[in-house]
Amino acid sequence: MISPYTAPLAGRGVGGLSGITPNIAPPHLKGFTMSEPELAPELAPELAPELAIDVRGLTKSFGKLKVVDNVDIAMPRGQVWGFLGPNGSGKTTTIRMLCGLLRPDAGEGTCLGYDILKQSRQIKNNVGYMTQKFSYWEDLSIRENLEFVANLYGLKNRHEVVDQALETLGLASRAKQLAGTLSGGWKQRLALAACTLHSPKMLMLDEPTAGVDPQARRDFWDQIHRLSSQGLTVLVSTHYMDEAERCDQIVYIAYGKLMAQGRVEDIITQSGLYTFIAEGTGVRDLMERLRGEAGADHVAYFGNALHVSGSDLAGLRDLVARHAVAGITWRQERPNLEDVFIHLMGQSKDNSVRT
Amino acid sequence: MNWLRRILAILTKEFIQMRRDRLTFGMMIVVPVVQLALFGFAINSDPRHLPTLLYLEDNSAIVRSLTAGLQNSTYFDITGQVSTAEAATRALQSGDAAFVVTVPAGFTRAMLRGDRPQLLIEADASDPSAASNAVAMLDQIATSALKQDLKGEWAGLAQGPPPVDIVVHRMYNPEGISQYNIVPGLLGVILTMTMIMITSIAMTRETERGNMENLLAMPARPWEVMAGKITPYVGVGLIQTGIVLLAAYYIFHVPFVGSPWIMALGVGLFIIANLAVGFTFSTIARSQMQAMQMTFFFFLPSILLSGFMFPFRGMPGWAQDIGQIFPLTHFLRVVRGVMLKGADFHALWPNIWPMLVFIVAAMTVAMLRYRSTLD
Ligand SMILES: Nc1ncnc2c1ncn2[C@@H]1O[C@H](COP(=O)(O)OP(=O)(O)OP(=O)(O)O)[C@@H](O)[C@H]1O
Ligand SMILES: [Mg+2]
Repeated sequence: MISPYTAPLAGRGVGGLSGITPNIAPPHLKGFTMSEPELAPELAPELAPELAIDVRGLTKSFGKLKVVDNVDIAMPRGQVWGFLGPNGSGKTTTIRMLCGLLRPDAGEGTCLGYDILKQSRQIKNNVGYMTQKFSYWEDLSIRENLEFVANLYGLKNRHEVVDQALETLGLASRAKQLAGTLSGGWKQRLALAACTLHSPKMLMLDEPTAGVDPQARRDFWDQIHRLSSQGLTVLVSTHYMDEAERCDQIVYIAYGKLMAQGRVEDIITQSGLYTFIAEGTGVRDLMERLRGEAGADHVAYFGNALHVSGSDLAGLRDLVARHAVAGITWRQERPNLEDVFIHLMGQSKDNSVRT
Repeated sequence: MNWLRRILAILTKEFIQMRRDRLTFGMMIVVPVVQLALFGFAINSDPRHLPTLLYLEDNSAIVRSLTAGLQNSTYFDITGQVSTAEAATRALQSGDAAFVVTVPAGFTRAMLRGDRPQLLIEADASDPSAASNAVAMLDQIATSALKQDLKGEWAGLAQGPPPVDIVVHRMYNPEGISQYNIVPGLLGVILTMTMIMITSIAMTRETERGNMENLLAMPARPWEVMAGKITPYVGVGLIQTGIVLLAAYYIFHVPFVGSPWIMALGVGLFIIANLAVGFTFSTIARSQMQAMQMTFFFFLPSILLSGFMFPFRGMPGWAQDIGQIFPLTHFLRVVRGVMLKGADFHALWPNIWPMLVFIVAAMTVAMLRYRSTLD
């Protein structure tokens, strides 16, 4: 399901992020003039807790369906975290609970130091939430939408703030256009401009780049990293692997359960997954034969190569030996994030069947 | 003052959206005009040529003068005679006749003796407004019709009280409605319809389009949202009121004898009451379609049980009790009281406080129902 987005991933290589240690900016930020995150003024106040999000046991059901199941998240300030998981895994639901839009059935914790159950007003004042579905007013113009938001937050000098936002996001020339007539990418830009207008301390972005072209997506991420370098904490949900790799850490949930949390590198290591790659003529025919064979948990074809993954190294080696045909070269490689996610998805299904 | 700024923010947005939604905005202006034209002109509150049957037990020149007088008034169309009381009743029941005029035996002699005999008029008052004007004209018709006949030795009878005692039996419905009922009543109906529908839809539209999630993610309190959403429509309601009142006065010549201030108070309370209902509905309805259905669910009993369609006192006790709940019931009494009767605040207070109670109740429900989360 995620395969169309692996090309950039393959090009960049997973190793690109391998050097990160938690408090050093990711390499793609090096081009920007930026202070180190922990020096940004928003992080300075002594009273500010270390964790922007600190929740335990978050649970939510709709009817009989447990959509979010006992999720713990501890996210330090000033980082960019990716939130991943298959469709319907509970990402949107979790984000809504974090910013006070849904009442958890169980669980507790804080967001920016405010209790998620009792202080949702303070949370709303300090969080910028970008909904998955465009939710600004389509019958208002871009400027009117921004002005509405500015007024609602009671911003002083709202005219300058709005002008500034229009300028920064390159929307100035379209200020009078009705939001409903914007194309998808422009809507996303407007939404980002609007949800950052009140200078929130934290952003929660729910699939902000869905349906956005590659250039706009890159611009979007530049924005996010720029904001993060100013001290903002960002939680962003996405289905794109390349975006996941732009995050300091990722949280992966499937079917409501937290499956993995940490740096991309660590998640790959901890997955206990091994991947062999077959290249050469006729590898695609090999795919059907490999499916269901002992040792091959997942077989996927991308980047002109066949990725065969499994957690049993010996079994995989046997399998490779059995299929060592002329014209096909086999090599072992580190699994990439997508291999791991597909693996995690399979695991979570097993879990849900068992429980 | 942050709350005020937030209310203003929502209010401004609402105004822009209202202005941009030309169709709805047009409807808000056109609806009163069309309804006025339909109800005000099409429903003639002064019907004439009503079919009338004669039941004559006495047939003299004087009786003929009387029936000719009825015919000439143009209110009554003499369509024939009946020979039994049963036939008369049947004709009224079937609606073939709107009136049956009964001249009892010995009528002429009794009249000439100066005994003021009874002339019995049975009126089909099931549509009370249909009969009321004709009935009101009866005394005058009789007096002028008899004037030519009462000469010479009977000239004395033409002086003083009318020489006949006209007894009107309003059949099927004892209370006749005032002739100026329709147009002021229409004001209440138009406001009920548009105010409830517009607010309930304006809110559910936000839910349907996904704007609600955004609005809820921003720091606006429920009552601030309600105030911001409702206020622009108070203005719309006032414009509608202005249109109807001007038309009432200049086109339909409905008198306005009471205090404009009490009228303004009544209109204001009534508009707010309906907006509160609309807002409450919007907290329950999940779609605009549902909001429409709820509007009609409230609207129909309002017009049926408030005394707009049927005379309030003509309804059974339980229906009157239900009718008392609706703001329209009290509003109609306030409007009639102010416009037609010149009633003062004191006299109208019994109809003002129920509207206040209704507003408080509806807003409380709205606030309790308003979900500040998406649950
Ligand atoms: N209001 C609701 N009522 C009932 N079920 C709901 C509601 N909201 C979400 N769900 C269900 O909860 C599950 C998780 O939904 P959620 O939107 O959180 O998933 P997601 O991870 O954001 O998915 P996607 O990647 O497709 O956006 C889904 O099965 C969805 O059908
Ligand atoms: Mg989602």
